[in-house]
Amino acid sequence: MTLKTMTLTAIVALSSAAAMAEEVRVYNWSDYIDEELLTKFEAETGIKLIYDVFDSNEVLETKMLAGGSGYDVVVPSGTFLQRQIIAGAFQPLDLSKLSNAENMWDVIEARTAQYDPDNAHSINYMWGTTGIGVNTAKVAAALGEDAPVGSLALVFDPANMEKLAECGVHFLDAPAEIIPAVLAYIGEDPDSQDPDVIAKAEPVLSAIRPYVQKFHSSEYINALANGDICVAIGWSGDILQARDRAAEADNGVDIAYNAPSEGALMWFDQMAIPVDAPNPDAAHKFLNFIMDANNMAAASNYVYYANGNKASQPMLEEDVIGDPAIYPDEVTLQNLYTTRPYPVKIQRKVTRLWTKIKSGI
Amino acid sequence: MRRFFLIAPPYAWLLLLFLAPFAIVVKISLSDYALAIPPYVPKFSWDEGIGAYLSQLDFENYIFLTEDDLYWKAYLSSFKIAAISTTLTLLVGYPIAYGMTRVPSEWRPTLMMLVILPFWTSFLIRVYAWMGILSSEGYLNQLLLWIGVIDTPLTILNTNSAVYIGIVYTYLPFMILPIYSALERLDESLIEAAEDLGCSRLTAFWLVTIPLSKTGIIAGCFLVFIPALGEFVIPSLLGGSNTLMIGKVLWEEFFSNRDWPVASAVAVILLLLLVIPIVLFQRNQQKQQEAEQ
Repeated sequence: MTLKTMTLTAIVALSSAAAMAEEVRVYNWSDYIDEELLTKFEAETGIKLIYDVFDSNEVLETKMLAGGSGYDVVVPSGTFLQRQIIAGAFQPLDLSKLSNAENMWDVIEARTAQYDPDNAHSINYMWGTTGIGVNTAKVAAALGEDAPVGSLALVFDPANMEKLAECGVHFLDAPAEIIPAVLAYIGEDPDSQDPDVIAKAEPVLSAIRPYVQKFHSSEYINALANGDICVAIGWSGDILQARDRAAEADNGVDIAYNAPSEGALMWFDQMAIPVDAPNPDAAHKFLNFIMDANNMAAASNYVYYANGNKASQPMLEEDVIGDPAIYPDEVTLQNLYTTRPYPVKIQRKVTRLWTKIKSGI
Repeated sequence: MRRFFLIAPPYAWLLLLFLAPFAIVVKISLSDYALAIPPYVPKFSWDEGIGAYLSQLDFENYIFLTEDDLYWKAYLSSFKIAAISTTLTLLVGYPIAYGMTRVPSEWRPTLMMLVILPFWTSFLIRVYAWMGILSSEGYLNQLLLWIGVIDTPLTILNTNSAVYIGIVYTYLPFMILPIYSALERLDESLIEAAEDLGCSRLTAFWLVTIPLSKTGIIAGCFLVFIPALGEFVIPSLLGGSNTLMIGKVLWEEFFSNRDWPVASAVAVILLLLLVIPIVLFQRNQQKQQEAEQ
C-alpha cells in the first residue's frame, strides 16, 4: 500500500514537474502571424511557445490522423476540420477558460458552425477568399488595358493564358480550391460532389495546363512580389502580402487582388486543440490570447486577412478593414460560396484528376 | 556461443529496423480505409487465429494498383530517372576517383575529405541551395547572361534536368568512394606491363584499369540507383509538376488521398522491386570477396 502510494506520488510529482516547465506547441500556416505576438504571449503568460508552420492542409491532416503529433494548437481549414472532428481528432473547448470568447463575430460563427456544429471544437482565426492576384503592369502588357482581371476567364480561358504564359502563372496546388473555381467558371455548382460534374473540370484545366508554370501553395507570394510571375490563383491575404512586400522593396511591381466575379471560395482557418494535446490548459490560454481584440487586430493588420473577431474591428487599420478585398462589401459577400468536404471515393477521383492534369497521366 | 554473439547484433538490427516496420506496412496495406485515428481498420484481429486471418485476406489494394496506369507509369518513370542519373553520376564520378588515385599519396586524405565535406551540411539545405542556383533569376543564369552565352534565361528549375543535377550532386560521393577504393588497390605494374606489351595509354586504361575497377563501378552504381529510385525530396523541390516519380505518388496517396492502405501497397511493391537490384548487389559483393580469398 505504502509503496503504491509512494509510486503514485512520485508519478504525480514528476508529471507536475514536467508541467512546471510549461510549453505550448502551436502548428500554424506559414506567413500567418505577426511574430511579435509570439514573444508577447511568452512575456504575458511565462509559457514557452514553440511555433511550427505548414503550408498544406493535407500535411496537417496526416499528422492529426496519425495521432500523437505533440501539438497543442493546430489550424485546419473548415472542410478539413469537419472531417478531423468526425475522426475524433479534436477535444471540445472548455469555454470557462476562454474569457475572450464574447469578442467573436456572430456572422462568421454562423458560417463556421456548418463545419464545427456550435463551434464546440474550434475558434475562427482568419478567413478569406481564393482569388486571382495580378501584376497589373505585366498583365496589361500581355492582354491590354481591358484585361479581365476580375474574372476567372483570365486564368481559365486558353486564349488569355497563352499570352500570360510568357510572364508566368502559378496555381495553388490545392484541387479542393481550384476545381470548385473551374465549376463556378463553367456555370456548375462549385460545391458539387457529383463525379460527373467534377469530371467537367478536366477539359478546362487540361486546355490551360501547358501555360501554368507551377502548382504550389506558398511560393507564389515571393514570386509575385519579385515580379517572377504575373498571375497567381491564390489566397487573398497571401496575395496582399505580396503586394505589401513589393511596395516595401519599391521594385516597381504593383500587385492587385480580385475575388472573381463568377463567385469565389470563402474559407475559414480554425484553431483547435488535438485530443491528445500534451498541454490543453496552455492551449486554451493561447486561444484566449489570440481572441483578445488587440492581439487579433495586430495579427490581421500584419497578414492582411479578415478575422472572426468583432471586437478587433475598431483597432484594424484602414487598409485592412476598408479594403473590400479583405472585408468584402455586401454585394461581394453574397457572391462567395463555401464547400463541403469530399467523401472518400470522390476525394480519390479528385486527387486522380489533379495528378492527371499536373503530370498528364 | 561466441559465434552466436557475433551474429546476433546484425540480425537483431535487421529484425528491429527492417522486418518489423515492413510487417506493419504490409499489415496496413491489407487493411481498409476508415475515417479514424489511425485512418484504417485491420480486416482481422490476431485473436481469431491465423487460419481465420488467411481466409479473410484479400489483395484489394494491390489489385487497385493494377487498374490504374498511373502506378506502373510512375514506377517506370522512376526507373528511367534513376538509371539516367546513375549513368551521369558514373560519368562524373569516375574521372574524379581516377584523378584522386593519380595524385601524390600525401594529398589523398585531403581530397577524400573534400569529397565527404558536403555531408556536414544538411541535405535539405544543399538541395535548397540548388533552387537558388538554377532558378530563372538564379546565379547560373546570371553568370551565363553576363558571359553572353545565352540571351534569355534558361528554364532549368522545375524540370527533369534539375532533378538529374540534384541526384548527381547528392549521390556523387557514393559513386566516388567505392571506385576510388577499387582503383587505389590497382597494381601500377599491370599498366606498365600493358604499355610494355604495346598498348597505348588509352587502350591500357580501357583493357586494364576499367575491368579491374569493375567491382567499384558496380557497387557505386547500386549505391546511387537504389536510393534514387525512391527519391522524394529532390523531385519535389527541384522537379516540375510533371516530374512523375513513385516517391511523389506515394506521398499523394498518403497525404492527398489520406489512403494509408493504398499508400502502403505502393510502398510494398516499391520495396519488392528494389529487392532485385539489392540481391544483385549482394551477389556482386560476395563474388568480389570470394575472388579476393
